[in-house]
This record gives sequence, structure tokens and C-alpha cells, in this order.
Amino acid sequence: MSTEDTFDLDTAWGLTAQVSVRPERFGALLYHFGTRRLSFLKSPVLLEVLTGLAGAPTARDACTRAGVAAAELPAYRTALASLAASDMIRERS
Amino acid sequence: MKLVEQFQYGLDAPICLTWELTYACNLSCVHCLSSSGRRDPRELSTVECKAVVDELERMQVFYVNIGGGEPTVRPDFWELVDYATDHHVGVKFSTNGIKITPERARRLAAGDYVDVQISLDGATAEVNDAVRGPGSYAIALRAMENLAAAGFAGFKVSVVVTRQNAGQLDDFLAIADRYGAQLRLTRLRPSGRGADVWDELHPTAAQQRALYDWLLDHGERVLTGDSFFHLAAYGEALPGLNLCGAGRVVCLIDPVGDVYACPFAIHDEFLAGNVRGDGGFARVWRSSELFADLRSPQTGGACTSCSAYDSCRGGCMAAKFFTGLPLDGPDPECVKGHGERLLSTVDEKPRSAPDHSHRRTRGPVPVTIGMRRPDRACDESPLAGLGR
Repeated sequence: MSTEDTFDLDTAWGLTAQVSVRPERFGALLYHFGTRRLSFLKSPVLLEVLTGLAGAPTARDACTRAGVAAAELPAYRTALASLAASDMIRERS
Repeated sequence: MKLVEQFQYGLDAPICLTWELTYACNLSCVHCLSSSGRRDPRELSTVECKAVVDELERMQVFYVNIGGGEPTVRPDFWELVDYATDHHVGVKFSTNGIKITPERARRLAAGDYVDVQISLDGATAEVNDAVRGPGSYAIALRAMENLAAAGFAGFKVSVVVTRQNAGQLDDFLAIADRYGAQLRLTRLRPSGRGADVWDELHPTAAQQRALYDWLLDHGERVLTGDSFFHLAAYGEALPGLNLCGAGRVVCLIDPVGDVYACPFAIHDEFLAGNVRGDGGFARVWRSSELFADLRSPQTGGACTSCSAYDSCRGGCMAAKFFTGLPLDGPDPECVKGHGERLLSTVDEKPRSAPDHSHRRTRGPVPVTIGMRRPDRACDESPLAGLGR
């Protein structure tokens, strides 16, 4: 389990296999078929970060590619940490 | 725009939807919101149901809440559940437990994409069976035992809160804990046969207050399906979206394919179309006039000047409609008492039109339905298969 303090931006992450993503005007809906939990992504940029995770060497890299500025990085780190805590994303080995 | 506002204006596809597969039921619960009992000869066939699933998959509807009637008495029920999960549409089905045998429980526990919800309306047989019929408590408890023994963790125990069971909330939680299940409490609606018993069954004002405090104490540990958002007018909002999702983020597909704004609103007034029409379900969801209307800004009417309106948003549309109250006024169970005062002025109430109640009343009836649908409504005797 990852928390805000321990979420590592410099490791590789990816969407959990049991999670489905449905893009919406406000961002996206995420549904985890294992935990049966629904989450809301409240920004299209965050959606881009998320879909870019699998192809990026680190979460930080995925953020940069999605156009997240350095000043915004802490906010995105927080968002990713909460997605990791609810098992929507997992660390890739 | 805040997320909740986005939802008020509707989404391209529902977040989840309720799909009632049959009006047939082995029970005759006095408060049945869909007046279920006998199968309707026009119910969707297996092939038609699969076409609906295909459409839901295309629309990326993550999961459906399957109900009825008692959905598991459909002979193709398990086939349809498998078809849905194979097509990335998760299933949570509501059942009174009649078909949850040890073997079935083992098969359910082995899979990931199916969740089970057992209905229970009393923590004791006495309270439960008065509403759901003799023997129904034992059926539900046996199903829970089977699921727990099979290792199915986290299934749901779903309770409609009534005046008779409002004092049993801790006992319900103990039952859920005993079986490793999660408790879900929902609101009694005056829909279907619920209209006949609402006056005697709906919680008193004091019980509502106690329920609200209890729910706040238990937080996300107890599910509510966003059922009690009208109680947000007491102050703090309960967990959930706290909005009426009818036609905006939820809807109902009934056994004959009719699409209604919500499961509690089976009435022509809230009928948006039928999945058998051109364009199927997607077209109904995206282009029905009724849904467009529900997604447009709503007026609070008589409630606009109330300090609590921002919290409760006027409450439940179906509860107002079936108690004869105007839709742009207070909920019949408005915590400020505005609804109760208005109720005394109502002389005529609308009723849910489809009524599939058993003509022989009370108590479980042995329902089995064949693979073949009756050709015409009049071909199906209500006493068919009862052996008397």
C-alpha cells in the first residue's frame, strides 16, 4: 500500500489489470473489478498521465510527457498516491 | 465545474444501471417496488438480453445491478451472468437467496466479476417474514451461510429500512459481520406495492434522525447506494454523491426492455423508451426527451427558499411522485417536516402501472419458469405449476 509520503515518482507504474477506464468530459471514470470501487479522475491531464504510465520508465516521466509543470508535480503525486492506495495503479517490477 | 454538477447534466453512458430480468418471484414482499410476482410474457429473450449486454460493453458501462423479481429463477440467469462478465460488464445481482446452493456459492466464490446481494428486511425472522413472507428469513440466512462457507468474502446484505426494523441496525451489522459480508441500507420507497404499505412501514421522524446519526457513525463501512441523501438536510452529508442520479447517472431497464429514469419510478411519467426500439438502449439513454429534461437545470420550487435545499436538493423524485407530492417541492420525509404537512393535502396518488403481483397472496410460491415464453399474456395461468 502506498501513501502520499511514500509514493515514489521515480519508479515504474501502470494501470492495474482489473481496472477499466472510461474517458468523460471532466476526465475519466475508473472502475476496479476486483475491489468493485469506482474512482473519478477530475482532469483530462491526469487521465493522460495515467494512460502514459505503462509506457514510461517512471511516473515522473509520464507526468512530464503529459505536460505537467514542475510546480504542479506535488498535486499529481498526491493524486497518484491515492490511486495507488486504492489499487487502481500498481508499481511495475 | 464541480463533479456533482457534471453528473447532474448527465453522462454519455450510465455509471451503473439496474436491470430487472424478470417480474417472476417466489416471494410476494409487501413493499415490492416493481410489484413483482408473475412473469411477463413479453420479457426479453436470452438473445435480446445478450444484445443489451453487447451494447453496455460498447458504452463501457462497468457493471449492472441485476434484480427482478427474483432474477435467479430465470433458467438462463447464470448463462446471462457469464455472458456479461465475459464481455467486461460486471454484475451485482440481488436475490432473496432461493437459488444460492452450496455448489452455486462455490462457483460464485471462484470468480471475480460477480457480486451478490442478499435481501433481508428484518434481523429476526419475525420482523423479516412479516414483510417478505413466511420462510424468507431462513432462505436468506441459508444463502449467507452457503456463501460464507464457500469463502465468498464481502457479499452484500441489503436491508430496506422500515419502522419495524429501524431499531435493529446493530443487529443487521452483527449478521453481516458474522458472514464476512458488508451491510447495505436503503430507503423504503412508496413505489409498486410499497405504495400500499408506505404509511405503516416508512420510518418515523425520530427513527430517521437516529438512522442518520448511525450512518454518520459508521461512515463508509455501511453502504447506502446514495439512498438517504435527503437526510443531508440534518447538516453533514453522508458518504456518496448526494444527488438524485435518475436519468443522469443511473436508470432502470425492466424485464420487457422498458427504460425508466430510476428503479423506483416504474410509471409512464418516467418511461424514456424501450431497448427493442431503433438504436437500442444507447439511443434511449442519449436522446430521450425525458432524460434530456432530467439533465436540464431543475428548479427547487417551494424548496428554493429553504436553507437546507443545497444539501438535500428536494429529496427523492420517486418518493414525491408516488405520495402525490409535486416534483418541485419537498420530499415526503423532508427532515424539516415540510413534506409531512403537504401530504395531508393530497387526495390522489399515481400508481405504478405494471402489476405482476401473485393473485394468490402471501408466502413463498414455488416458481419455476420454463425455457419457452408463453405466447400471449393470457396463456400464462397465475396458478401454472402450483399443482393445485
